[in-house]
Amino acid sequence: MLGCQLTVPQTLTDEPTGITSMVGLAGQLCGVMSIRCSKVSATIMASKMLGIQIDEVGPNLADSLGEIGNMVAGNFKNKIEGLSDGCMLSVPTVIMGNDYSLYSLTGSDTLSLKLLFENLPIVISLAIHS
Amino acid sequence: MEGIAALIVDDSSVMRKIVERSLRQAGINLTQVFEAGNGSEALTTLAANRVDLILCDINMPVMDGLEFVKQLPAVPNAKGVPVVMITTEGSEAHVVQALSLGARGYIRKPFTPDQVKEHVIPVLGVKA
Repeated sequence: MLGCQLTVPQTLTDEPTGITSMVGLAGQLCGVMSIRCSKVSATIMASKMLGIQIDEVGPNLADSLGEIGNMVAGNFKNKIEGLSDGCMLSVPTVIMGNDYSLYSLTGSDTLSLKLLFENLPIVISLAIHS
Repeated sequence: MEGIAALIVDDSSVMRKIVERSLRQAGINLTQVFEAGNGSEALTTLAANRVDLILCDINMPVMDGLEFVKQLPAVPNAKGVPVVMITTEGSEAHVVQALSLGARGYIRKPFTPDQVKEHVIPVLGVKA
């Protein structure tokens, strides 16, 4: 849909900040999946998704990253046998800005995948309820 | 290809734009595009407009895609109009239910224009 591939960085020292998309999972698997990236990365994604210029993205930015979060979470659970019918997703929540802390009441470790999108860092995290 | 009118039903305005763009990229000649944010809005749209194709999300507020497909036979303007479900988290059970209620196919998000073409052209009854 975005017409590009994510790559695995050799090292990723800078944590991307700026915009976070979160989708809750409930049912047989409970937790939160989040995608964190810079506003620049999110703007490029929205531009590619919608086929519009970067300066036209404007109000579509949050909705676009929310949809990406929804698709990532949906495809994750659909690929795990038994979860497709037994796990529901919340509507996406998008946080703009850096000054926040997230407490998801998961009570367990978080699995984070650090990747590069157009050479810009993006972090996909999954916090599962114990 | 002859021009068609399409109704795109999704609670995300971004996704509605993406679906429309993908249809155009798939070579489908859209002469008119109607948008609805849920099944109820879509039924209202169909009460006053005739379309050739409906693309519908499953998970939506107010009225979801399954209830919408269930109520479609009662809408005169929707008779014979193919419905293709578009879903991300739609479970297999939901997809099976949608097909049993009369949907003609489904596309999983994320999708490419080629996948849209592959699933939509056959239900339109035209050659790609």
